[in-house]
Amino acid sequence: MSVRRLAKEQPESFAFKPETLEKANWWIAKYPDNRRQSAVIPILWLVQKQEGWVSEPAISAIAKMLGMAQIRVYEVATFYTMFMLEPVGSAALIQVCGTTPCMLRGSDKLMEVCKSKIGAKDKLSADGKFTWQEVECLGACTNAPMAQINDYFYEDLTPENLAQIIDDFAAGKSPKAGPYNGRHTSEPIGGATSLLDPKLYDGSASKPVKIPNAPVPEANA
Amino acid sequence: MAKAKVNGVEVEFDPGMTVLQVAELAGEEIPRFCYHERLSIAGNCRMCLVEVKPGPPKPQASCALPAAEGQEIFTNTPMVKKAREGVMEFLLINHPLDCPICDQGGECDLQDQAMGYGRGGSRYAENKRAVEEKYLGPTIKTFMTRCIQCTRCVRFSTEVAGVTEMGMISRGENAEITSYLEQAVSSELSGNLNDLCPVGALTHKPWSFNYRPWELQKVESIDVMDALGAHIRLDYRGPTVLRALPRLKEDINEEWITDKTRYAVDGLSRQRLDKPYVRKAGNLQATTWAEALGAVAGKLKATSPDKIGVIAGDLIDAEGLKATKDLFASLGVNNLDCRQDGSKVGGAAREAYLFNTSISGIEDADAILMIGTDLRNEAALINARIRKSWLKGDVQVAVIGEPYDLTYDYVHLGAGPKALKDLKKHSFRDVLKNAKKPAVLVGNGAISGADGAAILNLIASEILSAYDIVRADWNGFNIVHQAASRVAGLDIGFIPQAGGLDTEAMLAGGLDVVVLLGADEVDTTKLKGSFVVYIGHHGDAGAAIADVILPSAAYTEKSGIYVNLEGRVQIAERAVFPKGEAKEDWAIMRALSEALGKTLPYDSQSDLRAKLIADHPTFGRIDVKPSQKSFDVKTLGAKGEVSDRVFKSNIKDFYLTNPIARASVAMAECSAVRAPKLSVAAE
Amino acid sequence: MAKTLGILEDKDRIFTNLYGFQDWGLEGAKQRGCWNATKDILSYGREWIITNVKNSGLRGRGGAGFSTGLKWSFMPKEVKDRPHYLVVNADESEPGTCKDREIMRHDPHLLIEGCLIASFAMQAHACYIYLRGEYVFERERLEAAVKQAYEAKLIGKNNVHGWDFDVYVHHGAGAYICGEETALLESLEGKKGQPRLKPPFPAGAGLYGCPTTVNNVESIAVVGTILRRGAEWFASFGAPNNTGTKLFCISGHVERPCNVEEAMSIPFRQLIEDHCGGIRGGWGNLKAVIPGGSSVPMIPAEQCENLPMDFDSLRALRSGLGTAAVIVMDKSTDLIRAIARLSYFYKHESCGQCTPCREGTGWMWRVMERMVKGDADPSEIDMLLEVTTQVEGHTICALGDAAAWPIQGLIRHFRHEIEDRITLYRSRKSNVAGHSIAAE
Repeated sequence: MSVRRLAKEQPESFAFKPETLEKANWWIAKYPDNRRQSAVIPILWLVQKQEGWVSEPAISAIAKMLGMAQIRVYEVATFYTMFMLEPVGSAALIQVCGTTPCMLRGSDKLMEVCKSKIGAKDKLSADGKFTWQEVECLGACTNAPMAQINDYFYEDLTPENLAQIIDDFAAGKSPKAGPYNGRHTSEPIGGATSLLDPKLYDGSASKPVKIPNAPVPEANA
Repeated sequence: MAKAKVNGVEVEFDPGMTVLQVAELAGEEIPRFCYHERLSIAGNCRMCLVEVKPGPPKPQASCALPAAEGQEIFTNTPMVKKAREGVMEFLLINHPLDCPICDQGGECDLQDQAMGYGRGGSRYAENKRAVEEKYLGPTIKTFMTRCIQCTRCVRFSTEVAGVTEMGMISRGENAEITSYLEQAVSSELSGNLNDLCPVGALTHKPWSFNYRPWELQKVESIDVMDALGAHIRLDYRGPTVLRALPRLKEDINEEWITDKTRYAVDGLSRQRLDKPYVRKAGNLQATTWAEALGAVAGKLKATSPDKIGVIAGDLIDAEGLKATKDLFASLGVNNLDCRQDGSKVGGAAREAYLFNTSISGIEDADAILMIGTDLRNEAALINARIRKSWLKGDVQVAVIGEPYDLTYDYVHLGAGPKALKDLKKHSFRDVLKNAKKPAVLVGNGAISGADGAAILNLIASEILSAYDIVRADWNGFNIVHQAASRVAGLDIGFIPQAGGLDTEAMLAGGLDVVVLLGADEVDTTKLKGSFVVYIGHHGDAGAAIADVILPSAAYTEKSGIYVNLEGRVQIAERAVFPKGEAKEDWAIMRALSEALGKTLPYDSQSDLRAKLIADHPTFGRIDVKPSQKSFDVKTLGAKGEVSDRVFKSNIKDFYLTNPIARASVAMAECSAVRAPKLSVAAE
Repeated sequence: MAKTLGILEDKDRIFTNLYGFQDWGLEGAKQRGCWNATKDILSYGREWIITNVKNSGLRGRGGAGFSTGLKWSFMPKEVKDRPHYLVVNADESEPGTCKDREIMRHDPHLLIEGCLIASFAMQAHACYIYLRGEYVFERERLEAAVKQAYEAKLIGKNNVHGWDFDVYVHHGAGAYICGEETALLESLEGKKGQPRLKPPFPAGAGLYGCPTTVNNVESIAVVGTILRRGAEWFASFGAPNNTGTKLFCISGHVERPCNVEEAMSIPFRQLIEDHCGGIRGGWGNLKAVIPGGSSVPMIPAEQCENLPMDFDSLRALRSGLGTAAVIVMDKSTDLIRAIARLSYFYKHESCGQCTPCREGTGWMWRVMERMVKGDADPSEIDMLLEVTTQVEGHTICALGDAAAWPIQGLIRHFRHEIEDRITLYRSRKSNVAGHSIAAE
């Protein structure tokens, strides 16, 4: 991670769109009245969803909204690496997991694909459509190698299907998220080795049960 | 009292103390960088690691660990030694080897502790980190590569100064200290950040590259930039005072001082009056003492006493005030005033013009009503104490007058006299009524001017009596003085004598001779028709219109007695000699008295002090906090008409309140960056 | 029926929709037994719940393995002026770990039910579930499930269980350190995720300064089933003191990486061969295993044969079960690079608050990078080892330890590989040993 700072070029202003504001208020309502600051991460995230990145005017607006000092919002925006402090690709932000479990299964090759198709990492591509980054473990290690593209996980990738996914995003399509090697989720490929007993799913578990170790009523009613 | 053992030696301690404090009780030095007694505990530098039994088999951060009964604390075991060496090594791997050009060099915690607790060499073979400089304003010079991320500066600015502007952005080894968008730190206490920085990351910008600490001589002194009388240390080299630093004084300034106290010292080397001057043919011309004193004496002798007036300024020591009063009283002059701001403060009882709760005692107040004071600019360190109390949730504050940014929340009850009368209709009434220790702070802005005495009287009846602010066991009445000379002046009685004129009346233009004893804050344009004698050390407003200038010594150039706003008598020591031919105020008066043939009865400062104490016994109680006494509040001010006005502080620009500050380049820069931007009407 | 794979039988699996083949929603969850008799469980009272969770032997599933029931019992017995909180740690970020994700997206109601039971036991009326920011899909799914639970009046004010209870989903934004419980609380309060000094512990002063317990998703999600089927049932799996069923995440060089719920103490080889199709290239191709997420030291192949996968057995090998994220490395692996990449991870994720971690993680990573190339002096191996010990145990939180242990594991078991790498690097250089040539 390099030093994270605000982008050199900043927009003049920032305004919450009505739907962003509505969601922001929904978040604020989750916390006790005098703890509005708790909503700062979700609201920074909403702002990033609205604008694509987090700008200085947005930080100031959030500080005002939550009654926080600007520097405190700035600290949060620079501490958490999911906040993009510069504009990112309009079609896709591709975050390839590079940590050891993915590395062991070939994330290097995925990053080579990104480099050849998009360009240098952490930089907006020449056409403005893509930004790619190497990120730390995304928590889908049994589906390695994988990448988070925009919001969702693309798993069990090969260089070939990542290249195809990039092409699809470039063409304005929305390629499906999830595993790309034919499995459903994180079961062993070729078929699950567990959870095969049909009795698990026949509703028998929803029948009334007697709780073991239930305390004996002290006196008869 | 609980008991613990430190390196096998049993010590008793108060429950609630930390392991670090207990170890210090036992006389063990615990190295630290992030820990500071007056800031919240961060526990991040890890330098204070000690071994504790019972406890996990790893070293513990002693600054954050509560000491426990029966605990065994070890500060000298191999585990502790290794831990300190390890932390020291980590702190140094990314610290530049630039001590020879670092302003902190010679007084650097990192240097000292590296010598005391570090290994001889480094095993770090990788590249060192470099961090970009940050702009933090006119008082703070940064060299961020030296920063060890202890966050003392962040905690001080947030907690004590009350300006949440500093922070640590990014994370891990890229974490860096900055202010938001590198805006100047807006606090009047910003210089303390530089003091707190344990390394050379934040140093004093106005003094950068001016000295090495070991070549300076030091003297203990008292600050005169406001009425608190902060304890300071003056560092000087040859004839020049290079810096003012805070000394520890729990009752007054703890260990903080304002930027004005600290950085205005460069003004002592600029625009100085170093010879007597006499106006000849419209121009001031340098002359001899004999001629200048002769001119003054001749003029005074030729003038009827009721046509002579004396106004004393804000920086005058008690000796100067006493000698001046004695001399002019002997001439029969009744037109004396030490209140150049036109304040109507004063009275028979000393408690009528003191800050009676005392400076530290304000932290005991559970309800505070401020009337016409911009406390942050008038008495910044009292304001910081109220903030401390407010942060703990111990006090509720209300304000009558102009609403200023005080760094804490308060209820604004209104702007002027009407709000005083309407308090009984406001819910804060109950806060004040139910308070165990209510305090009222009255600014000179509220009680200056034609109706000043009437306002004071109104405060007495509507507030002090109504809410029982002054009781047998608690005196919550406080005047917020701004002038270092004021309380001594009032103690000596440097106010209009029987039928004499006060400052405002003297400025009305009827006097033939006006003596300005370091008084530069009056409207000197009104003195055009008078013969003006200016006694002072800076070529400021008073000197500009003077007919005779008698050069005097600044506070760093003499030993002097000052009485702070709580009535504490303190002695400042001399650092350097007066400039050129300048003399102490009292010595000037002594010489003038001789020229007048009315020789004052003291030949030395010690004689003068003896007389001062004989005439005013309070001056004999050096550095004693006056005990809280109740007094009859009905004696305050005088009944009269009050006008409908807004109570405003009479401080326009905190950084430019006296001739020394106005001569200071550092203060000019602070003023330019931080002074409130006056909105100019579009014309 | 085919030969049973592994130890655990399907009827004893708690996460019956682990792979998401079934309905994740409320109806599906109820069909599979979730929310069954929850009201009865609550009716037995707080003490009963805590006692039974203790008796089940459940140890925290977030890595530290502390008794869950015991942790709950640290909460104040009476609610005084400050409310109690349950906070669920769903910041799953330990490299190798991806189990909580499956719970939240496929069995979210087990988690919500567990939250209710745990909160009731600790007298909390509100629970925050803190998801890592990257789990966007999982958050959307969990929010939907929470909404279902509210609509069915299973939770919320005046719910059918008679304990007013709110569940709030919260999220982070990319910071591993927020998996540390006090950093998580800081983050939840809207600050940087910097761990707090302890004491005070969260049970005394946690979220908003109130008594708080922070539990891992899996620890909470298993509680309903444990109580429904009995503490003895859960305790019947695994070795003594290492009881229960456990989600394992097997990644790296196995034929079929997967998540699977198994009995605690299942032998490593059985786990890999029954569920993952064995080591890539066969058992003999195994080089080393990181058995509990990236923070625990690796174990060489020769120690893996009959290795029970549980807390105490792995601890005896100076490693740990951690989150039961098993990272398998075969003989093609450049172990030095694998660990150097973890060193980079810890450098990247250090919060920067305390000195040893902020400075040490960067130092360790830079030396590791040179060791990957062999561009080092053999004496630096011992120096690196000593630097790890200067970080370990000297920091505010456990991230310092976590950064130190993988390197210690590498040096402990594969020092020769580092030495060989250095020798090889030097043999290719025409300079004098120990000195590099200026122009390179």
